[in-house]
Amino acid sequence: MNFYGVMAIYKFEMARMRRTLMQSIASPVISTSLYFIVFGSAIGPRMGAIDGIDYGAFIIPGLVMLTLLMQSISNASFAIYMPRFSGTIYEVLSAPVSYIEVVVGYVGAAATKSVILGLVILLTANFFVDYSILHPVWMLSFLVLTAVTFSLFGFILGIWADGFEKLQIVPLMVVTPLVFLGGTFYSIDMLPPLWQTLTLFNPVVYLISGFRWAFYGVSDVHVSVSVVMTLVFLAICMLVIWRIFKTGYRLRT
Amino acid sequence: MQPDISVQNLNKVYAGGFQALKDINLDIRRGEIFALLGPNGAGKTTLISIICGIVNLSSGKVFAAGHDIVKDYRAARSTIGLVPQELNTDSFETVWDTVTFSRGLFGKAANPAHIEKVLKDLSLWDKRNNRIMSLSGGMKRRVMIAKALSHEPEILFLDEPTAGVDVELRRDMWDMVRGLRDKGVTIILTTHYIEEAEEMADRIGVIREGEIILVEDKHVLMRKLGKKQLRLLLQQPLEKVPGELALEPVELSGDGFELVYTFDSQQEQAGVAKLLRTLGDLGIEYRDLQTRESSLEDIFVGLVHE
Repeated sequence: MNFYGVMAIYKFEMARMRRTLMQSIASPVISTSLYFIVFGSAIGPRMGAIDGIDYGAFIIPGLVMLTLLMQSISNASFAIYMPRFSGTIYEVLSAPVSYIEVVVGYVGAAATKSVILGLVILLTANFFVDYSILHPVWMLSFLVLTAVTFSLFGFILGIWADGFEKLQIVPLMVVTPLVFLGGTFYSIDMLPPLWQTLTLFNPVVYLISGFRWAFYGVSDVHVSVSVVMTLVFLAICMLVIWRIFKTGYRLRT
Repeated sequence: MQPDISVQNLNKVYAGGFQALKDINLDIRRGEIFALLGPNGAGKTTLISIICGIVNLSSGKVFAAGHDIVKDYRAARSTIGLVPQELNTDSFETVWDTVTFSRGLFGKAANPAHIEKVLKDLSLWDKRNNRIMSLSGGMKRRVMIAKALSHEPEILFLDEPTAGVDVELRRDMWDMVRGLRDKGVTIILTTHYIEEAEEMADRIGVIREGEIILVEDKHVLMRKLGKKQLRLLLQQPLEKVPGELALEPVELSGDGFELVYTFDSQQEQAGVAKLLRTLGDLGIEYRDLQTRESSLEDIFVGLVHE
């Protein structure tokens, strides 16, 4: 195990976050705050409670998930895409590090940033709406698990992408719709029956539902289903990454 | 002595079907400077990239410091430092950070004293807190060398290290490379500047269209393949080469004022004496004479165009 190698990658990435603090932390915090102001403070009081939870508090888990997903993907995809783009990837490829160590370094840093960000957003939310966390350990577990899973997904995206557009398109065109339609702003019980069924094919539903359960003890699907689905997605990402390194796809010709 | 790098029956076929390397066999000795020469696209960088782990091999075996580069890649790679051809550097990191990063990546515990020494040796110490993007091309090249030396490799690859580098820096680099060799580091360099190989290398390998066509001690190579020319500047022009010299490799040039005699440098000088005697007998006077030994460049051009 090349411990120093993993730490070198991890520290390098965390240093990148510190350099780009405005972009890494401030801009997601500002955009999420806008959601809280509009949907939580302004519109929220005029909406009825959902499952007995005030609307402003109801949307918090979904909004945290939205940022967590977007940031995990973009952090990890940029982390591996930039060295490929600038050519500095040669050094990582020629170093005595295994692919698991490379993934732990990059994905670990990306997930760390996302978790920090998620917690910062929760603190920010405190200024706009009242909320409580029923199962803090579960909340943190979902936060970490989701950050790791989607950082892995971002890592795959960063290896697959052959241009900056693709890095942007997937979060914008795929992840944002899935999050918006995944129960961030409503309970899926509120949908017509056909849409309720279709929604179950959206993996984000399980993440948000489980995360909301950790906050308020209510969920769209049973929490165990949420945990299993998250782990399934995590396993799929790991399998894809294993294949990527096995075949050298886009990394080693 | 066990070679520091041993390449055995190495082949590389890229996905498109292009065979970049054909059955390469090559041993590089510990502590030598080995220059790999070849025209563009001959396979130099592919060969280096395979040994360093950046490109996968198709078949064959490669050992670095006795370690199989595939099965025992950790041990093999930790002995190798690579300075690639392209100036691929980070932009926003400082010189100090990027060199420290490289040392960690190669599995070595932090050693600020060593990094300091490397930076000082490469005249980068004053720039240690500068962002890489603010450095000139030559300075960036030094940073890449510093990164490669950060983990104290026993084998150093320099892929065209002095391309686009000014004369002063080139001299500095040559001194540095010699210094490393004196410390026992094995150095493999590819270069377009044949004078560089001529000046630096202990042995020379020539690669052409993916095949190693020659590996030879530099002095032996120059002796074996080198040609010498004797130029005689005549007092009076000649219209044609005199009949007595028709069988000799003699040519007339410079409007008849120059007689050029080409001979193998391995040959004894008997030919020259005979030529001069014949000229004396024929009463052909000359006002000056000069001999010239072919450079490695001539040899190289001759080899790759065969």
